[in-house]
Amino acid sequence: MTKQALTIALAGNPNSGKTTLFNQLTGANQYIGNWPGVTVEKKEGKLKGHPQVIIQDLPGIYSLSANSLEERIASEQLTQHSPDAIINIVDGTNLERNLYLTMQILEMGIPTVVAINMADMLSRQGAKLDLDKLSKRLGCPVVGISALKGTHINELIAEALKVAKSGQAPKALAYEKDFEKLLSDADAVLGSDLQENQRRYWLTRALENPESLNLKPASLDELSALVKSYEEKEDDDIQSLITFERYALIDQVVEGVRGGKVPDAVSTSDKIDRIVTNRWLALPIFVVVMTLVFGLSVWSAGPGTFLTDWVNESLFGDIIPPAVESLLVNWGVADWLQSLILDGIIAGVGAVLGFLPQMVVLFLVLAFLEGTGYMARVAFIMDRLFRRFGLSGKSFIPMLVGVGCSVPGIMASRTIEEERDRRMTVTVTSFIPCGAKLPIIALIAGALFGGAWWVAPSAYFLGIAAVIISGIILKKTKPFAGPPAPFVMELPPYRWPAVGTVLRSVWERAWSFVRKAGTVILLSSIVIWVLSSLGWENGSFGLVEDVENGLMAKLGGAIAWIFKPLGFGNWRAAVATITGLVAKENVVSTYGVLYGIGEVSEAGEEIWHLLARDFTTVSAYAFLIFNLICVPCFAAIGAIKREMNSARWTWFAIGYQTIFAYVLALVYYQLGTWFTTGAFTVGTVFGIIALVGLLYMIFRRQKDYQKSMVSAAPAK
Amino acid sequence: MKTLFDMQPGQKAVVKKVHGEGNLRQRILDMGILRGTELEMIKKAPLGDPIEFKVKGYDLSLRQSEASLVEVEVRK
Repeated sequence: MTKQALTIALAGNPNSGKTTLFNQLTGANQYIGNWPGVTVEKKEGKLKGHPQVIIQDLPGIYSLSANSLEERIASEQLTQHSPDAIINIVDGTNLERNLYLTMQILEMGIPTVVAINMADMLSRQGAKLDLDKLSKRLGCPVVGISALKGTHINELIAEALKVAKSGQAPKALAYEKDFEKLLSDADAVLGSDLQENQRRYWLTRALENPESLNLKPASLDELSALVKSYEEKEDDDIQSLITFERYALIDQVVEGVRGGKVPDAVSTSDKIDRIVTNRWLALPIFVVVMTLVFGLSVWSAGPGTFLTDWVNESLFGDIIPPAVESLLVNWGVADWLQSLILDGIIAGVGAVLGFLPQMVVLFLVLAFLEGTGYMARVAFIMDRLFRRFGLSGKSFIPMLVGVGCSVPGIMASRTIEEERDRRMTVTVTSFIPCGAKLPIIALIAGALFGGAWWVAPSAYFLGIAAVIISGIILKKTKPFAGPPAPFVMELPPYRWPAVGTVLRSVWERAWSFVRKAGTVILLSSIVIWVLSSLGWENGSFGLVEDVENGLMAKLGGAIAWIFKPLGFGNWRAAVATITGLVAKENVVSTYGVLYGIGEVSEAGEEIWHLLARDFTTVSAYAFLIFNLICVPCFAAIGAIKREMNSARWTWFAIGYQTIFAYVLALVYYQLGTWFTTGAFTVGTVFGIIALVGLLYMIFRRQKDYQKSMVSAAPAK
Repeated sequence: MKTLFDMQPGQKAVVKKVHGEGNLRQRILDMGILRGTELEMIKKAPLGDPIEFKVKGYDLSLRQSEASLVEVEVRK
């Protein structure tokens, strides 16, 4: 009885309702991952009611020209793993541009159904689309649906299954005569250079971008001669001629299809946009929206923080640990294992899971904003500012979120499609001081600067400066150089987001965070516990009472020399820095333990006088600089790894952050010491060299990497 | 040569030629900006860049550098 499995690919423009339709088609049966080697999300799911049918969600694209990463993935998927059928979702309120992709899909020679989305919205506006006419002209079934409301989805499924089983591909539409002639001439010239299968797609691709295919030099020459004479005759170049032909076909297809009332020239969405991105109102509105996002999730009195505090203090403070402890005591579990479970695992994983409520609230707000179309406006408003230092308008959200916690901040970078901009954003987001770094700032301010008011603001300025300087430095390095990525961006109409889509997006992001807490963070918590709990005490190796005897203290002593040039080469500072890698909250509490005070308050008032002995004002601020800028906590490193989706890039980000922090702290400490004490030492020389190096990286002229970029571009 | 960059809010124009090269040009073409396309300049972003246009019934944002690649004839 087992039927052969069918694969149906779902293709469509961004903002066409594709994700919502995918959720309608698959329900809860989804598998989400990444396409191999890239951070473009790959989603697959079983068709509701038809478990033998796989629905594969292709990236949202405007065209199959294989120029962007998403387009390349989609076209490779359709050509190399040709699915049994394609469902092409088309936004009925934006027919022409959406049908451009349809024209290319029809060239693929794969059975296709076109789903016209937002049919309900059209009929509400009194507009009509003649779907029969469309279907006849496109040569494939056309179904009017509403992905949001789930209407006519069953009809769509039935049609898709029918074409998939029959294997009947639509005939590609005939272009204008001269262009068809060019195609058949090219067909003759290329002969066996192109595969028979999906030949029409490959022919247009060969005309459009012959370098991206493996053509014989002789055929390539003949082809360029053909193209050249056609270009001369039509007085335009081939890329625009092909696009022109496709849009000309679209004009024929939609001619007379629209009926009923003509939609208003100025839609409600336009009216909203006149206010939201108004020259004078845009920035104030933007500030209000961001304040709301911030307030709801990470502001100290917002609901997100309230829940997070509850999880941290009550759930992982008063409820779980005592309960687990009494359970472990009842079972007679060994002391060391109790300590591992309570002080290591529950404390470590709990510290990270504590952020979950805050993040869920944040993801909810962001998913809502994404659904409404406001995110594109944020990019529109902020682009000019951010482009100056190599980022894009879309980098703003990750950094704003990063003020609360770098982990969701880094994860929010996923909305940046352009890979280079995303990598840059992921690398610099954690420079913005997160909530967990505030106690470190308070500690240093209180212990050495008499609680001076300017210390905290200076930390934020430092973070912003670090972002800007890094942007300028990295923009000039090879991996980030090259022509600016196109910012040709659609500003989608404002819509109410689909509740299901918003909730699903929140769930996906939150769950991936929980999984991280269960793996990387669990492991690192255990390692840190082992290192600080084991050691030599009273002449024997084992569990230690005093952290000073633990392996961690030895390790701190062994690496303290690294921090000597930065002014804090003592083992306590080294250990505090290392434990800060697990979670920045640890820095202050570690100091409490290391000075033998035990439990300290959040800003560590009890140890201020002790700290003042170990530091000078200059070395204390250098310590602050290093701890604020260097590699964030394990949770954030996990987020970096997830968003980079590449070990190499993760190491790059971690390495850059560490070196950058070291250089800044070195320059500050060495030059600061020189200015305050007047002593010119060997260290001062190194400080000056580091400063000169830094200034060189900032002000050097941008090398021209254009050539190497172009030759590396075609992926095939 | 007049380009999209020279347009004022509310002005309409017809595209004459899309300059530039490579991916960027292809993307502009794919989005429906090509010879003969009519479009309307809606507004500039609050900081002056990018610029929003209405084309084929939808809204598109182009950076100044991209808009200046599109040669147009402004309608009176």
